[in-house]
Amino acid sequence: MANAIMFTILAVVILGSALLCVTTTLIMRAATFMLFVLFGVAGIYFLLDYTFLGAAQISVYAGGVTMIYIFAIQLVSKQTLQGMVEKIKTSRMIGNGLVVLVSLFVVSIILVKAGLVSDFDSVADAELSMKEIGIALVGSEKYQYVLPFEFISVFLLACIIGGLVVARKEEKE
Amino acid sequence: MVPVECYFVLSTLLFFIGVYGFVTRRNLLAMLISVELVLNAVDVNFAAINRLLYPNDMEGMFMTLFVIGVAAAESAVAIAIIINVYRNFKSDTADSITNMKG
Repeated sequence: MANAIMFTILAVVILGSALLCVTTTLIMRAATFMLFVLFGVAGIYFLLDYTFLGAAQISVYAGGVTMIYIFAIQLVSKQTLQGMVEKIKTSRMIGNGLVVLVSLFVVSIILVKAGLVSDFDSVADAELSMKEIGIALVGSEKYQYVLPFEFISVFLLACIIGGLVVARKEEKE
Repeated sequence: MVPVECYFVLSTLLFFIGVYGFVTRRNLLAMLISVELVLNAVDVNFAAINRLLYPNDMEGMFMTLFVIGVAAAESAVAIAIIINVYRNFKSDTADSITNMKG
């Protein structure tokens, strides 16, 4: 019961913030509402007893990615910050909304067709232990993840270098 | 325990809110924020399916973990590109980019 109440609160926060995020005209407010959505999703992870995942979500997304966005907003769109609204055409908004609603309808039909999941394992309300996660993350056997772990570290290095190369100032000839 | 269908409904709605933002917005940064919403919807799905349907496995959790890492890298590179676009075109809307060279 407590789980259901928590889930409802988190779902309302997530969906409300997401709606405001895509409809607000100020870009800084959109970034702030995205932060609320990220916190709500972290709350969902805590509700599912994935504590490590929730901590990763807060530290990487809410701490890192949102900061990058706010830096970029400050660097790029100074006029947007000073109250100039982003122009959204109403006709285009209605057309896109219709397209999105139709796709949502199709996905809902698929979900309803799939039916309720009857045989779901009753799960103990115990969080996944950190030791188990650590062993699975750096083990090299079946269902262990050392290869993607190493790959993502190389990938992040490549992204750092790529970002620096793309964003650097052009040298004067 | 919250049934897994509730998580499906939540992530479906979040996904399509993100898609709506992506097709409606003209600002590159706002489009990128919508992409983050879509990625989070997918993450919720992975974690909920893993926890509620296969509680003894960890595939969905690690998938979510790696998606978080890749999304951070993706947004960093995308923002570098957007800053470069702003430097060349003096604008941050998607339809201001008229050629690749700048």
